Amino acid sequence: MSTLTAPPTAASPAPAPTAKPRPRLSVGTLLSLFVVSAAAVVALLPLVWLLTASIRTQGDLTGNPSTIIPSEVTLQNYVDIWSMIPFGRQFLNTTIFALTVACVSVVIDSMAAYALARFRFRGRTFVFVALIASLLVPIQVTFVPVYNLLVDLGWINTLHGLIIPRIADAFGIFFLRQFFLAMPRDLEDAARIDGAGEFQIFRRIMFPLAGPALVTIFIFNLVNNWNDLLWPLMVMPDQDTTTLPAGLSMFRGQYTVDYGPLMAGATLALIPMIIAFIVVQRRFIESIATTGIK
Amino acid sequence: MVASAPTVSQEPARPVPARRRRSSIERRRTRAALLFLLPAFSVLGVFVFWPMISALITSFTNDRYLDTVDWVGFANYQRLLDDDRFWTALENTAVYTLVTAPVSVLLALGLALLLNQRLPARGLLRAAIFLPWVISLGISAIAWSALIDPQIGMLTSWLSSLGISIGDGLRDPSVAMPAVMLVGIWRNVGFFMVMYLAGLQQIPQHLKEAALLDGASSAQRFRHVTWPLLANTTMFVVVIAAIFAFQAFDQIYVMTGGGPFFQTETLVMLIYGTAVLDYDLGYATAISWVLVAIVLTLSLAQVRFFGKRAVEY
Repeated sequence: MSTLTAPPTAASPAPAPTAKPRPRLSVGTLLSLFVVSAAAVVALLPLVWLLTASIRTQGDLTGNPSTIIPSEVTLQNYVDIWSMIPFGRQFLNTTIFALTVACVSVVIDSMAAYALARFRFRGRTFVFVALIASLLVPIQVTFVPVYNLLVDLGWINTLHGLIIPRIADAFGIFFLRQFFLAMPRDLEDAARIDGAGEFQIFRRIMFPLAGPALVTIFIFNLVNNWNDLLWPLMVMPDQDTTTLPAGLSMFRGQYTVDYGPLMAGATLALIPMIIAFIVVQRRFIESIATTGIK
Repeated sequence: MVASAPTVSQEPARPVPARRRRSSIERRRTRAALLFLLPAFSVLGVFVFWPMISALITSFTNDRYLDTVDWVGFANYQRLLDDDRFWTALENTAVYTLVTAPVSVLLALGLALLLNQRLPARGLLRAAIFLPWVISLGISAIAWSALIDPQIGMLTSWLSSLGISIGDGLRDPSVAMPAVMLVGIWRNVGFFMVMYLAGLQQIPQHLKEAALLDGASSAQRFRHVTWPLLANTTMFVVVIAAIFAFQAFDQIYVMTGGGPFFQTETLVMLIYGTAVLDYDLGYATAISWVLVAIVLTLSLAQVRFFGKRAVEY
């Protein structure tokens, strides 16, 4: 059974639970610290380079490729990117797409999860098996038929074509179902005796109680959809209306020489998710970790 | 938003047979359950379940967006056998998986073991290593391709001052594949590391202490205590790593576009190209079913392999 609310110990080092004065650093600890820090530097290097490259001139970039430090600082790249590609439109579309999917999926995933966790009805096993099957089969299999369907519906290059197929996800339903299963029944039963309707019970009691799990699914969907490349490339192949990852990769294909504006656009596209990550960093990492524990 | 979702006719609560008539409360609850399921399962039905069935049918046709669609039996699957581009993509995918999956899992395990001790700035380091997984791979691939660009690449110039030339960069067949592998590993290590950290936290402290009292060296403690008890985590991480690798797309699309000379074209890139660029839907679905078959077989084999080694405690 997965523990959804990770115990606080998951984050703090295991050895001694009692508060102790900071231990002296042994040679082994220093060595570990060195290796882990080196890994962190490698992880961050491309991002730091991206950030500094975005404020460098083309001449500086081509003239001094071996350094990460700008010889002069310019913000011109941040001005240029808006006129070179429909950056504002792409940024807006990415935001609408990722936020809408994240908000709606939290609601309808949790409704379905609640029904699967709490109600007995004919066909429940069948519904649940179908859900698990769709989790096991890789997404690529539905790729062609979904594309075909969107072409038939005339939804290619539309925002609803991008959003609607994504607003329910099997993983979210499965994850939230586990959460609802672990919740005590007393509250619902009390409300039921008080004469509350099923939808009222869900909206007033179960949905608010599921807060932590809902935040996890919200962040998951926000990050996944903001970052997605293949899906917008497929549904929104038009540069004027696509999302940032797709738009910037198309831009890169067209003008490989304009490095500065490309890096400025890439930096702007990364910033919202980096900020979101910093805000919820600890909870996000822990909730990801617990999805792997059986 | 919900209202604009296409609705699929789904029967409301069915009438209950008279012989086992249930209470009206139970009927009301069944109806409520179906209403709760309706929005999510309408969307899943139209955009996930039906496409799964439809994909199987399409793979036996010559669907090309023309007016006539004919049943062609196994022709698409037979065509795969003689298609050099398919075999190259399959080989590339296999090589990519065989390198990136083990390397990223081992690096993740090593970093998790190091981070599972009392270290200063531990949380910060964990977050930094995890960060690549949170940001768009397509966009970080833009940064990586600039880093190894022959003209402006910082890594290129560092390497050349060491006397190592990477020639034409990503246009060089001997550089392209290692480069997209490197980016794939860079992105996933932090994610697998977090899984391993969670697994390490689950190991009961008294087992490690018992081994310590018995005088086991740290290598012995890892070999006989930690590693066997991590078997479940390892199974999960290895299966996920292989699935991720088999579905590699983003950084390859951005960095090489599958080139040079199809040297980095993976199966997912081939499916994308065949469906979206060549409009050859029947053939594209046939390739995707081959991909599914491989991924499922591989996952099952891994689960069986590691399942035998899992330890209960």
